[in-house]
Amino acid sequence: MRKLTWFNTVSLSVGFAFLYIPMIVLVIYSFNESKLVTVWGGFSTKWYGELLQNKAFLDAALVTAKVAILSSTIATILGTMAAFVLVRSGKFLGRTLFSGMIYAPLVMPEVITGLSLLLLFISIGMDRGVTTIVLAHATFSMCYVSVVVSSRMATFDTSLEEAALDLGCTPWDAFKSVTLPIIAPAVISGWLLAFTLSLDDLVIASFTAGPSSTTLPIKIYSSVRLGVSPEINALSTIMIGLVTVAVIIASLSSKISIARQKRDEYMANQ
Amino acid sequence: MSDASPFAPWRDPNADPLINFSNVTKKYGNFTAINNVDLKIYPREFFALLGPSGCGKTTLMRMLAGFEDATQGTITIDGQDMQGIPANKRAVNMMFQSYALFPHLSVADNLAFGLKRSDMPKSEISGRVEEMLRLVQLTDFSKRKPHQLSGGQRQRVALARALAKAPKLLLLDEPLGALDKKLRQETQFELMDIQEKTGTTFVIVTHDQEEAMTVASRIAVMDHGKLIQVDTPDRVYEAPNSIYVADFIGDVNIIEGRISSIKTEESELIWAEGQRPIRAQTGAGLAKGQRGSFAIRPEKIAISNDEPTDVHNRVCGAIEDIAYLGNLSTYYVRLANGTLIKSQVPNDRRISRRSFTWNDNVWLSWTDTAGIVLAT
Repeated sequence: MRKLTWFNTVSLSVGFAFLYIPMIVLVIYSFNESKLVTVWGGFSTKWYGELLQNKAFLDAALVTAKVAILSSTIATILGTMAAFVLVRSGKFLGRTLFSGMIYAPLVMPEVITGLSLLLLFISIGMDRGVTTIVLAHATFSMCYVSVVVSSRMATFDTSLEEAALDLGCTPWDAFKSVTLPIIAPAVISGWLLAFTLSLDDLVIASFTAGPSSTTLPIKIYSSVRLGVSPEINALSTIMIGLVTVAVIIASLSSKISIARQKRDEYMANQ
Repeated sequence: MSDASPFAPWRDPNADPLINFSNVTKKYGNFTAINNVDLKIYPREFFALLGPSGCGKTTLMRMLAGFEDATQGTITIDGQDMQGIPANKRAVNMMFQSYALFPHLSVADNLAFGLKRSDMPKSEISGRVEEMLRLVQLTDFSKRKPHQLSGGQRQRVALARALAKAPKLLLLDEPLGALDKKLRQETQFELMDIQEKTGTTFVIVTHDQEEAMTVASRIAVMDHGKLIQVDTPDRVYEAPNSIYVADFIGDVNIIEGRISSIKTEESELIWAEGQRPIRAQTGAGLAKGQRGSFAIRPEKIAISNDEPTDVHNRVCGAIEDIAYLGNLSTYYVRLANGTLIKSQVPNDRRISRRSFTWNDNVWLSWTDTAGIVLAT
């Protein structure tokens, strides 16, 4: 272990303070007894209790979960297909154009994506609701999935697929029983990415949501405009907690599996 | 082979080939990977496709596997035209250079993979897997995943998986390339053993001439998409049909000259003024008066202090360099006309008792049948 110099120590603490002080403040105030957000009135968990009684928030949470699961699943299927074609089909006319167009939504301002989707839904006479948010989220998150999956596909040894064909698989069987299980980690992390993107999207959701389909970010945003309530702090703390746990589990499990693989390979070569 | 007549179906005009390439050409755009190849491979052969990288040997193999189609010509396997038949419908299996073991499946599941997709009844699959594990001596490893195996073990799993469906033809793409030298030599004999036990026809692709010589019943030497010579290892080594083959297989001395006499058995080549012509075997496509090249292996040249009088072919020169290889020494001898000749001699005495050293004048000699005259 190298010792940190004072310069490194300072820059590290300033950087982390910058990143985490706002969240720490939010978490602390979620346990505030007082209704006034900026005045500390003692420790209490009552806002968590009230949150569970608040039907509007619970409904919004349900809508958000539904939208996130559906849209990320659609995005994963479409994004994986796109990655497969772009990596595998070699050179075809317009390949560069297609791969550019897949990645364009990554840098497109969300306001524009949201607005264009809104115009599309209006022009085809589609009532705005859960369906339209799902479609909108699937559209913008599939390019993230395709980036993640195609980087894995690029290093995939195609002789594995050829071996499967050679042993009697049809091309679909080869994909299903060899390719998919091997790229599964990338597909799953693509799904998780799409899921998180959908969870915290406010801009596109507010363009494409209808009256009956308020998502949690929309709900939080609109209630904050009427004044920050400790309930929102509590809700946000829960969300931070969920995300933190998910990230820790994901990184630990991949670390453990890499370590196990290294150990196995070492043992095998002894 | 213990029977009286050696295994040589290619000499029997009535033998049915398992594989028949006729006028096969394969083009990728403007690039011709395979150029008008005719080749017959017989059942139970261990056939080697040998050549430098890019010579088309892998393409030829992939056409047998069903991953590439011929642009022109026909390929038949067991009498059946293979055009348009996909890899999964062929009674051909392949062992891949990277082994291509499925990393998410155990050794046993890798072996069962092809069987589950065949018409073998479910109840027989585990028995067959056991049998294959015994064949490659991996019975204790059936539950391991590929990454828990050593390189040599992976190689054996790949071989067993390719053999599990009892294919008519097994293709091996540089099967030993990833192993270290010692393991490679052991595995070569294992491969030959398994080939004999199972009676499967093996076609191996390799760029390693020693490997091809060791395992194969016949070798096809390829260059630029063409077959240069198809013959048994000893014929390819001792009677190469071209300078390319002579040079590609093993080490060779080449002396250029003019052909002064041709008989079916023996030809003479004038190569330097004041020297007697070299006598050697007659190669293909020679004509009297034309230029030719004499090719001889270094180990067929004897080296001595005194002039040998009982052989016709003898020249004098000075030792310029000595490469000591332990079991052998190679002497580089410069002749009066500037030609450098390599002579390889087994070190059957200790090095301190060696009778020649640098700059010594020595005599090189070889018999009339030791070398061959080839068209230049």
